[in-house]
Amino acid sequence: MNVKLILDIAKSLLLARWRQTLVAAIGVTFSIAMFITLLSFMTGLNDMLDGLILNRTPHVRLFNEVKPNPNQPINLSDEYKTHYNFIESVKSSGNSQEIYNNAAIMKALKEDERVLGLTPKITAQVLYNNGATDITGSVNGVEVETETKLFFFNNYVTSGKATDLKNVANSIILGKGVANKLLADIGDVVQVTTSKGELMSLKVVGFFQSGILEVDKVQSYASIGTTQKLMGKPNSYITDINIKLKDLSLAPALAKEYARLYDVDSEDIQTANSQFETGSTVRTIISYTVGITLLVVAGFGIYNILNMMIYEKMDSIAILKATGFSGKDVQRIFIAISLSIGFFGAFLGLIFGFLLTTVIDQIPFNPAALPTIKTFPIHYSPTFYIIGMVFSIITTYLAGFFPAQKASKIDPVVIIRGK
Amino acid sequence: MSEIVLQANNISKSFHDPITVKVLNDINFSITKGEFVSVIGKSGCGKSTLLYILSTMDTDYEGELLIDNQNMRNKKEGQLARVRSEKIGFVFQFHYLLNEFTVLKNVMLAGLKLGKYDAKEVEHRAMEKLKILGIESEAYKKANQLSGGQKQRVAIARALINDPLIIMGDEPTGNLDKKNSEMVFDIFKELSDVYNQTLLVVTHDQSFAGNTQRIIEMEDGRIISDEKAFIR
Ligand SMILES: Nc1ncnc2c1ncn2[C@@H]1O[C@H](COP(=O)(O)OP(=O)(O)OP(=O)(O)O)[C@@H](O)[C@H]1O
Ligand SMILES: [Mg+2]
Repeated sequence: MNVKLILDIAKSLLLARWRQTLVAAIGVTFSIAMFITLLSFMTGLNDMLDGLILNRTPHVRLFNEVKPNPNQPINLSDEYKTHYNFIESVKSSGNSQEIYNNAAIMKALKEDERVLGLTPKITAQVLYNNGATDITGSVNGVEVETETKLFFFNNYVTSGKATDLKNVANSIILGKGVANKLLADIGDVVQVTTSKGELMSLKVVGFFQSGILEVDKVQSYASIGTTQKLMGKPNSYITDINIKLKDLSLAPALAKEYARLYDVDSEDIQTANSQFETGSTVRTIISYTVGITLLVVAGFGIYNILNMMIYEKMDSIAILKATGFSGKDVQRIFIAISLSIGFFGAFLGLIFGFLLTTVIDQIPFNPAALPTIKTFPIHYSPTFYIIGMVFSIITTYLAGFFPAQKASKIDPVVIIRGK
Repeated sequence: MSEIVLQANNISKSFHDPITVKVLNDINFSITKGEFVSVIGKSGCGKSTLLYILSTMDTDYEGELLIDNQNMRNKKEGQLARVRSEKIGFVFQFHYLLNEFTVLKNVMLAGLKLGKYDAKEVEHRAMEKLKILGIESEAYKKANQLSGGQKQRVAIARALINDPLIIMGDEPTGNLDKKNSEMVFDIFKELSDVYNQTLLVVTHDQSFAGNTQRIIEMEDGRIISDEKAFIR
């Protein structure tokens, strides 16, 4: 068809007004560059904050809660089955948080197709002895290798080596906040008292910084064996099994399934961090809103220049129509002008956006709470670039559509008679 | 009998703004192939209005218009554009050249739009037309670098590009001085005599009209006389 001719005419009209065209294109370039930068940066931030929680939170956590037995004896009795039984002041039965038969459970879980990996854990409530005062806190007994593999444990050990927990007997990695309070350095020995009154000396082999100050003020890490010793428990004692799944979205269902299957309590990540998604969503919405707002402004720029062009080119439009161009052809010419401003503007915008994000990616950023972050976080994703391009094409098409419609309706008789 | 190129049957037109005025009243005539016709009449008698209707650009009229024996009534905008592209060439008082393009490209545009020949052939033909009008040396200049007379000749070349059935002109010499007017007339005469081109030209210029083969005279929206001139 006469696509080539229409593009040719569009090009000539564009070049004849290249200054205004350039300004309009720069508007698009600017907005697309900002759009890409914002989205990459905001998503980078989201990833970072997600990582802060998600990396370190098990998808499913199995544990044994100390709580009243729901099957009180009277309910089990046949005689009173049909009665309403009111029981007051029910007390928790048994007081062990231990997961019974945990070796068998872990073996079964390891064979479960849906499980990526798991790591056992013991939580011990302790007092750090600091001269006359004691600081309450907790020691987490962990298996260093699996904890590192699944929950990036070593990333959060800011000084010292995570593996020393295993290699050095009776060692501990103190939370940074705890260490500050105890004035403890690596190589020092700290005294720890368990809730049962046992006292133990542990050698500090590193510091731990989770990024959440409240956590670092109370938590420390030791090996499973050391923690068992600390609590005076046998080496089968485990209080938690932390599971990472292949598919995060299965967590709620699997948590229920495992709880029933292994007769333990369970918690899934969605329930544990339900408020978390909200922050990410808000940031994403902000990025899109700002990007689209900028694009709309750029769209008005294009709308203006096209209107001006059409006003100036009335004569040309009239003669084109007189010599056989249809209204549709004229409309196509002006839409082609608009789209090419949009396309080239957006293309440059994508490039500038990319350059800007790489620059931001180099800017040093060392938040005290986030030891793994060294520069501003940027998320690179081709999706943003595709969305940016599509948005700009749509906006410029709409910006061009109405002026083009107007141009196609120009009556050559009116113009020619007016001369 | 030679074939009829254009036929107007009972064409009337009224403007309704601000009050209803009938500017064309029952116009009937036909033009056969090869005729060189001029339309004269007092200012405001409806010559331009008639020409815009005959050129298919104005569709708001009563009566019938046949071009190449096809009724123009009920044709869509796109189809009418096609008719103009294929069958009608225009020369107006003002040249309406596109300043963004070279002279050659200005002539070529309508040819490229029709798409009967490929771009190379259209260019070749455009050059031929410019040669007929004696301005092939200006082909690569921008349209706005030409003199008034030259521009009008480019406009004529543009009208010729698709070998139209009929060329219509609305005071094509109206903006030109005597010398240039004569030159444009000579070109029309040559097109008529040498190429057997059909021409319908509205003019105020008595000597121009006097030299054409047939003069249609209008007054108050009617044709008052339609006679073949004796001078050849
Ligand atoms: N858009 C319009 N609305 C109302 N009346 C109009 C309109 N266009 C033209 N007329 C009237 O129609 C009549 C014919 O106009 P037209 O332009 O056809 O005259 P003309 O014969 O070409 O005159 P001239 O020789 O001065 O060019 C005039 O009286 C004019 O005032
Ligand atoms: Mg007139």
